[in-house]
Amino acid sequence: MCGATKGGLDLKGVDVDKEAVIQGQVLRGDEPVGGAYVRLLDSTGEFTAEVPTSATGHFRFFAAPGSWTLRTLAPKADPVDRQVVAQYGEVAEVAVTV
Amino acid sequence: MSRESALVSADWVEEHKNDDGVVLIEVDEDVSAYDAGHIAGAIKLDWKDDLQDAVRRDFVNQEQFSALLSERGVKNDDTVVLYGGNNNWFASYAYWYFKLYGHSDVRLLDGGRKRWELDSRELTDEVVKRDATEYAAKAPNLDIRAFRDEVGEAIGVKNLVDVRSPDEYAGRLLAPAHLPQEQAQRAGHIPTAANIPWSKAANDDGTFRSDDELKTLYADAGVDFGKDTIAYCRIGERSAHTWFVLHEILGQENVKNYDGSWTEWGSLVGVPVALGDEPGKA
Repeated sequence: MCGATKGGLDLKGVDVDKEAVIQGQVLRGDEPVGGAYVRLLDSTGEFTAEVPTSATGHFRFFAAPGSWTLRTLAPKADPVDRQVVAQYGEVAEVAVTV
Repeated sequence: MSRESALVSADWVEEHKNDDGVVLIEVDEDVSAYDAGHIAGAIKLDWKDDLQDAVRRDFVNQEQFSALLSERGVKNDDTVVLYGGNNNWFASYAYWYFKLYGHSDVRLLDGGRKRWELDSRELTDEVVKRDATEYAAKAPNLDIRAFRDEVGEAIGVKNLVDVRSPDEYAGRLLAPAHLPQEQAQRAGHIPTAANIPWSKAANDDGTFRSDDELKTLYADAGVDFGKDTIAYCRIGERSAHTWFVLHEILGQENVKNYDGSWTEWGSLVGVPVALGDEPGKA
């Protein structure tokens, strides 16, 4: 699956110094959840972006520096919110369990 | 128009998707989503390759739209049901085309692809081929499409609704975070426009909020329902979503989508631009 390496998505081709990357994986128990939807909400709760997870449950956002909320919607599960801080030059890795 | 005539539920689609005269169409920014799995029987439209002119900045004209739908096997009297990813942004955008070109019966699947997937409903990768038809689009109905000159004249006169994110509206970003930050020459918004992000009209699962919630949302943000309204965003697809809410769900008359949107306005020489979180003065 595309870029599905152990420890997170492959960052080849991404200039991490110029990006505030938030990425991670959605899991149900130990199983990755593909086809879940992860929403990126800003510090006021305003919608910013949304991506579906890959077949391996992975997702990635190119955010801006700051505090964000990741809201994950998956079939047969209640929404899950996770707080995360993004900064240029760092990759915030988030594991979400539904 | 009303919610009942413009929207269908996933249950309705399950029940009617094989009916004669019902055509499901998935419209996406990323058409690989359709190729990986779509609702059984649905054909696809690519918002860019199929719906934009390949040379000029404009969308397909009457002849091009007729040729496209003829080739895809859509009839003038079909019930067209649109759905897609991105919370139905591009499906709403295509819906607006169908209305602009006079298709009589077009609906949107409430919640689009996301709600369908979250319900664990079936998707298939089977190839769908419909027999060609002779579709005849009507002359464009410009009562629902705004151009830049009338947008300029609407400042301080009509409701202008900027449906982009607060950071784009204020001029802190040129495009939503997570997307490429190119396009317009200047950041900001059209003076007097209210900022009502498209996302406030939808629930987390992509379905539309209730009529009462929607009326309150726009009224509280300063939209005068007694006046004409023009909605815009960056390239006209998010504002098609809001046009759908105001014109098709709430039944407001005289609502236009300005598809030139910020990528046009923010690049025009000499037009007024407001910065910051307030609408600004005419």
